[in-house]
Amino acid sequence: MSVAAKKKTSHSIQRRDNIEGFLFTLPAVIGLFVFILIPIIASIGLSFTKWDLITDIEFIGIKNYVELFQDEIFLTSLLNTLKWVVLYIPLGLTLSFILALAMDMPVKGIGVFRTIFYLPYVSPILVIALLFTWIYNTDFGILNYMLNEIGLPSVPWISDGNLAIFSICLMSVWKGAGYNMLIFLAALQGIPDSLYEAADLDGITAFQKVIYIKIPLITPSLYYVMIMAVISAFQVFNEIYIMTSGGPGYATYTMSYYLWSNAFSYNRFGYACAMAIIMFIIILAVSLFQTQFLGKKVQYDL
Amino acid sequence: MRKSKKSIIISYVILIVMSVVDIAPFVWMVLSSFKSQQELFAYPPTFWPEEWHPENYVNAWNSGSISFGGMFLNTMKIVIPVVIIGVLVSSLAAYAFARINFKGRDKLFGLFLASMMVPFAVTLIPSFIMFRTLGWYDTFLPLIVPGCFGSAFAIFLLRQFFMTIPGELEEAARIDGCGRLRIWFQIFMPLSKPILATLTVFTFQGNYNDLMGPLIYLSDSSKFTVQLGLATFRGMFSTRYDLLMAGSVFCLLPILVIYIFAQKYFVSGIVMTGLKG
Repeated sequence: MSVAAKKKTSHSIQRRDNIEGFLFTLPAVIGLFVFILIPIIASIGLSFTKWDLITDIEFIGIKNYVELFQDEIFLTSLLNTLKWVVLYIPLGLTLSFILALAMDMPVKGIGVFRTIFYLPYVSPILVIALLFTWIYNTDFGILNYMLNEIGLPSVPWISDGNLAIFSICLMSVWKGAGYNMLIFLAALQGIPDSLYEAADLDGITAFQKVIYIKIPLITPSLYYVMIMAVISAFQVFNEIYIMTSGGPGYATYTMSYYLWSNAFSYNRFGYACAMAIIMFIIILAVSLFQTQFLGKKVQYDL
Repeated sequence: MRKSKKSIIISYVILIVMSVVDIAPFVWMVLSSFKSQQELFAYPPTFWPEEWHPENYVNAWNSGSISFGGMFLNTMKIVIPVVIIGVLVSSLAAYAFARINFKGRDKLFGLFLASMMVPFAVTLIPSFIMFRTLGWYDTFLPLIVPGCFGSAFAIFLLRQFFMTIPGELEEAARIDGCGRLRIWFQIFMPLSKPILATLTVFTFQGNYNDLMGPLIYLSDSSKFTVQLGLATFRGMFSTRYDLLMAGSVFCLLPILVIYIFAQKYFVSGIVMTGLKG
């Protein structure tokens, strides 16, 4: 085969690859554009309008954004969301990590423990939230009964404004612990035994092993879990919708919940879009911050 | 050696305590579902039902504006097409990303990965407006159609798996004149059964558990899914915890059964995301 002919063949192979690659990914790409990328752009556009879907759409510039930052309920929602993130991330990650450490020991019945820990995670959030509404019940809940039995007073778990978001968050930590535990456990099990053997010769304690070997070596997983957990924590909605509907007062309004109310209760679609954009910017900024400042400390190679 | 024994004991304590904390609420749910309304609000609360009321289940099944049987049927009408078509579409794209060297491949794949970070709130309202304009409000379509176009998560997971399949298999098939579509369907798909099973259970779980979608798009109670049905049921009987707990057991049961039988697929999927993410 001449050089020119060879070139032509490789050229036509590339052409074929391009066409097949395009066709194979086409359905998924259509989905990506129609259900994600175009809606993002549409949201940005709608955030500059006032629209209830019934009367004519009205362009109002940055008015929605100006109003948002004077909207007490929005600011409360933002603050509550931050509270949620600040509570959820350390509690959730620490619990998952401790469980993973315990699972990584030569203990019997790993399979059974794993099944149990993962059970709350697969359960529908609706079922869990209804169940905890009952468990948290101030007057008839089992939790307060147990507190009373050991001589402690009843706690208004989700009926007190200061406590509600904390109680709901605790439930979410409980529900999600098994998921991140599995990721941490897989990473811990990937640490070669030779490292521990060397450390044993140096006579380090179990605690030192965690600090100097385990944590540094699983940072990639820690980092992944952290980014994903932060993104989902910023969007908390279901628990709030089911358990308190944002109450008492506005004590458990989160960004997603307020956004949802604006769209589907008050028909303020433009305003809700502006809120979605703010939320998107916050999540992007936090993720970017994590990639820039934590990402550099991640150790990928052994 | 003594030290490691100590840490093993501590590990057992942690694992057992957490197991109890994880299981207890579910036990409480099941026990509550058999109690009478009076007994549920008795003080001090009873642990075992004084009188067992299995009829709570019969009442819960039929008390809503739609029976649980109807809700299950509706849910399946949504979940089954999404699972089958969505996984196929994702797998087709994943094959291209793993095996075809086409122009713009890596950028496109990056776009899919980035889309996983987009909060649902950003696409929520335009999607709602789009589906309403199409006349799809109060039909299953807004809940089925987007899922049928695959998901970035599924594409990512399948691509990882496809990349581990040895190239020789594909080469041999190509020499025999096998087209790519056939290679994908007759070589890659059968070899990927475990990961396809993982995605099937994940997709099933995600769609079955979805509350917000049905909440936004369905209004006629005859179309309610299990999640929306139970949420509405709660609105009607907010203090009837006997019925609510029995209904919750109905709602949980299908997921529980699948979880118990397909547990290894749930676990392997998570492990793969974490290690390769």
